[in-house]
Amino acid sequence: MTTTFEPRSIEERANYLNVDYGWKSWLFTTDHKRIALLYLFSITAFFLIGGAFAVGMRLNLVTPGGLFEADTYNKLFTMHGIIMVFFFLVPSIPAVLGNFLIPIMIGARDLAFPRINLLSWYIYVTGGLFTITAAFEGGVDTGWTFYAPFSTTYSNTHVILTAMGVFVAGFSSILTGLNFIITIHKMRAPGMTWGRLPLFVWSHYATSIIQVLGTPVIAITLVLLALERVLRAGIFDPALGGDPILFQHLFWFYSHPAVYIMILPGMGVISELIPCFSRKAIFGYNFVAFSSVAIAVIGFLVWGHHLFVAGQSMYASTVFSLLSFLVAVPSAIKVFNWTATMYRGSISFETPMLYAFGFIGLFTIGGLTGLVLATMALDVHLTDTYFVIAHFHYVMVGGMVMAYLGGIHFWFPKISGRMYPEGWAKFAALVVFVGFNLTFFPQFLLGYLGMPRRYHAYAPEFQVLNVMSSAGASILGVGYLIPMIYLFWAWRHGPKAPQNPWGAKGLEWEQSPTPPPTFNFNTPPVVTEEAYNYAEEAPLG
Amino acid sequence: MSGLSLFPPNASTTAGEVDALYSFVITVSVIMTILIFSCVFLFAIRYRRRSGNERPKAIHGSLVLEIAWSVIPFAIMLVFFAWGTKLYYKNYVPPENTLDLYVTGKQWMWKVQYPGGQREINELHVPTGRPVKLTLASEDVIHSFYVPAFRIKHDVVPGQYETLWFQATTPGRYHIFCAEYCGTGHATMGGWVTVLDPVAYEAWLSGGASGGSMQEQGEKLFQQYGCVTCHVLDQKGRCPSLRNVFGHAVALDDGRTVIADEAYVRESILNPNEKVVAGYKRDIMPVFQGQIGEEGLLQLIVYIKSLSNPASTGAVGKAVSGKAVSGKSATKGSTK
Repeated sequence: MTTTFEPRSIEERANYLNVDYGWKSWLFTTDHKRIALLYLFSITAFFLIGGAFAVGMRLNLVTPGGLFEADTYNKLFTMHGIIMVFFFLVPSIPAVLGNFLIPIMIGARDLAFPRINLLSWYIYVTGGLFTITAAFEGGVDTGWTFYAPFSTTYSNTHVILTAMGVFVAGFSSILTGLNFIITIHKMRAPGMTWGRLPLFVWSHYATSIIQVLGTPVIAITLVLLALERVLRAGIFDPALGGDPILFQHLFWFYSHPAVYIMILPGMGVISELIPCFSRKAIFGYNFVAFSSVAIAVIGFLVWGHHLFVAGQSMYASTVFSLLSFLVAVPSAIKVFNWTATMYRGSISFETPMLYAFGFIGLFTIGGLTGLVLATMALDVHLTDTYFVIAHFHYVMVGGMVMAYLGGIHFWFPKISGRMYPEGWAKFAALVVFVGFNLTFFPQFLLGYLGMPRRYHAYAPEFQVLNVMSSAGASILGVGYLIPMIYLFWAWRHGPKAPQNPWGAKGLEWEQSPTPPPTFNFNTPPVVTEEAYNYAEEAPLG
Repeated sequence: MSGLSLFPPNASTTAGEVDALYSFVITVSVIMTILIFSCVFLFAIRYRRRSGNERPKAIHGSLVLEIAWSVIPFAIMLVFFAWGTKLYYKNYVPPENTLDLYVTGKQWMWKVQYPGGQREINELHVPTGRPVKLTLASEDVIHSFYVPAFRIKHDVVPGQYETLWFQATTPGRYHIFCAEYCGTGHATMGGWVTVLDPVAYEAWLSGGASGGSMQEQGEKLFQQYGCVTCHVLDQKGRCPSLRNVFGHAVALDDGRTVIADEAYVRESILNPNEKVVAGYKRDIMPVFQGQIGEEGLLQLIVYIKSLSNPASTGAVGKAVSGKAVSGKSATKGSTK
C-alpha cells in the first residue's frame, strides 16, 4: 500500500454535510441547514402519512356506498386534514427551504437564534407525536376544523390528544416566525437593503408576521376546547350556555390567515424561479414585495367568509365578502407580475420552471374559484360542498405543493451538492400536473351539482365524477413517489453539482459555496447590486 | 340524471338566478384564465432561450400597468360583489306571508312539523308557487339544511333559531343533504323534498294530520307544563300575560327593551331569568333547559305566536272568548 497525496476533491471540501457524521451532530445541531434537513425528513414523513389517509379516502369514494365504515372514513378525512395542514403545509416551505435559505440569502452565518431554531424542530416533532399517537390509538373524527359542540360534547374520539398535538406544534410555528423576523431585521449583510431582499425573503417575512400574530389565537381556542370537553366550561356548547359560533370565529381568525401562511412562501419560491429561468429581473419588485405584506394584513380581516350560512349577521357577511375580494387583488398583482417578467425574457424549461408554470396555472384557477366563493349568493349554494374542496386543493396542492417541489428541485444542488436526473424530474412534473387536474377538477363539478363534503357515501349520480377523481389521485400519488425515489437516489449517486447550475442570481448561488460550509460563506458577503440583476452574467459553476 | 350535467335540477325561483350569477362569474373567470394562460404560453414560446449566452435587458416595471391590473380586476370583482350581495339579501330575508314549516335536525335525521300538525322524518312536502319559510332548530350539534335543487343552504345551530326560505317552482323530488359535518351518520342524514302543485299539496295535507295542529299541540304543552297557571291570559298574574306579546316590544327589568321573537320566547322558556319583564320577580318560573325538546319548543312558540296574531285563526278565538278567560278557552275556537 502506498499513500499518495491527492488534491482534495469537491466532495472532501468541508461543508455542512461532511463536517460530522455522528447522530449527535444531527440531533444536537444548531446549523440552520442541518435543522432544515431534519425538517425535510420529518415533513416528508408526515406528507406520506397524510397522503396515505387521502388514498384511503379516494379508495372509499369509488363506490357510492363507500368501502369503509362511516366512522373509519370520518377519521380518515380528519387525520388527512390535520396532518396535511398543521404538520405539512404550515411548516413545509418555511421550515425546510426558508430555514435553509434565509440566512444565506441575506448573507448571515445562521438564524438569529440557532438554538431556538433547533427547539422549534423538537417542539414540532413532539406535537406530531401527540397527533400520530392519537391516530394510532383510534383516531379522531371531528374534521380538522374541530367544530363545537360536536368536538366538545359529542365526539367519542381522541379530540384532546390531537388538539394537544396541534397546540404544541403551534409553538414551533411561532418560534420559527419570530426567528425569521429578527434574522431578517438584524442580520442582513452590508449592502443587503430592504429593497434588495430576495422576494423569497419578503414572502417569508410576511408569513412570519401571520405566524407570530395568528398562532396564539388557535392555541387559545384549542385550550378552551379542551376546558369545555373536560370541565364542561360552557364556552361553546349552547346546552352549557356557550356559543358555537364563537368557536368558528376564533378558529377561522387563525385558520384563514393560516391559508396565507401556507401559500405566501410558495409565492416566494415562484418569485425566485421565474426570474432565474427567464434570465430577467422580476417585473415590479416593489409590488410583488408589498403584495406579500398586503396579503398578510388583509388576510386577518376576511375570516367571516367562512360563516356566510352559519347565522352571522348579513351586514357582517357583506363586509367580509368585500374584504375577501380585496385580498384577491395582491394575489392577482403577483400573477400578473410573474407573467410580465417572462416578457422579452430568455426562457428555459428545466424542471423547477415547469413547476412554476404549473403553479401559475393552478393557482390562477384556485384564486378565481375563490372569487366564486366570496360571492355570497354563490357561497350559499357552494359552501361545504366539493367545490370548496377543489378550490382549496387548487391553492394548497396545485399552488403550494407545486411551489414546494419546484423549490426542492431548484435548490437540490445547493442542498445536496448533487444534480437530480432531469429527464425523470420532467416526467414526474408532468405526471403530477395531469394527476392533480384529474383528481381535483371533477370536484368543482361535483360541488356545483351539490355533493356535500365529508360524505363517506353519496348519491349514485355523483359516481362518475368521483371515479375520475379517484383515478386522478392514483396518478397523482405515483407522481409524488417518483421524485422521492430519484431525489433519494441522486443524494448519493447523482453527478456532482456545479457551483451555480442554473446561472442564478442571489447570495446563495453567487457567494456561498455549493454545498455551503457550516457558516455559509468563506468570506463575509457584500451586496453591491439589486436582486435579480440577470442582465449581467452570473458566475456559472 | 345525466352523470355529467353541470347544473343540478332547477326547482326554485332563486335557482335560475344563482345559476345566472354563477355562469357570469365563471365566464369572466374563464376569460381571465385564458388571458393569463395565453400570455404565459405566448411568452414561453416567443421568448424561449435560443442560445446559452442570451442576456435580455431588464424591465423593472411599469406603474401604469400595476395600477391597471389592480384596479380593473377589482372593478370586475365589485360587480361580482354587488350582484352576489343583492341576491344574498334577497335569499336571506323571507318575504311576507310565508308558509311556515319547522325543521329540527338531530343526529342523524331531519324532523319536519307542519302547522296543521303533520309530522315527517327526512321528508318535506311543499307546494309550488308559495314562499316557504323553514325555522331551523337543532337538538344536538350543528347541521346544515341543504337543497341543491333550490340552491339554498343554512346551518342549523343548537341553541338558536335560523331561518331559510325558498319558493319551489317545479313539482318533483329533490335531495335534502346535511352539509355541516355532524358525526358518524352525516352522509346519511339526508332526505327528500317533494314539491307538489297546490291542489295536490292540499290533498296531501288532508291525508296526514293526527293529534291536532301545531298550535293545539303547543296549547296542550302550555297546560301540561303548568305555564297556564301563572301566565293567565289577559290578566296580571304572577307572570305576564302572553296575549299580544309575540312580535311586540317588551320592557325588561334592567331597562332594556327587546322584541319578542322566536329566539326571545325560546330563551324565556329555557332560561327565564336571562331577560325578566319589568314589574315581575325573578326566580318564579322554573328553568326548562333540558326539559322540553326542540320540537315541543317550536309547538309552544307557534301557540304563543297565535295569541298575538290578529290575522291568524288564533285571533278568532281571542275575539270570541273575550277577556278574562283561561288560556284553554282562549284558543278553543282557534283550530280550523
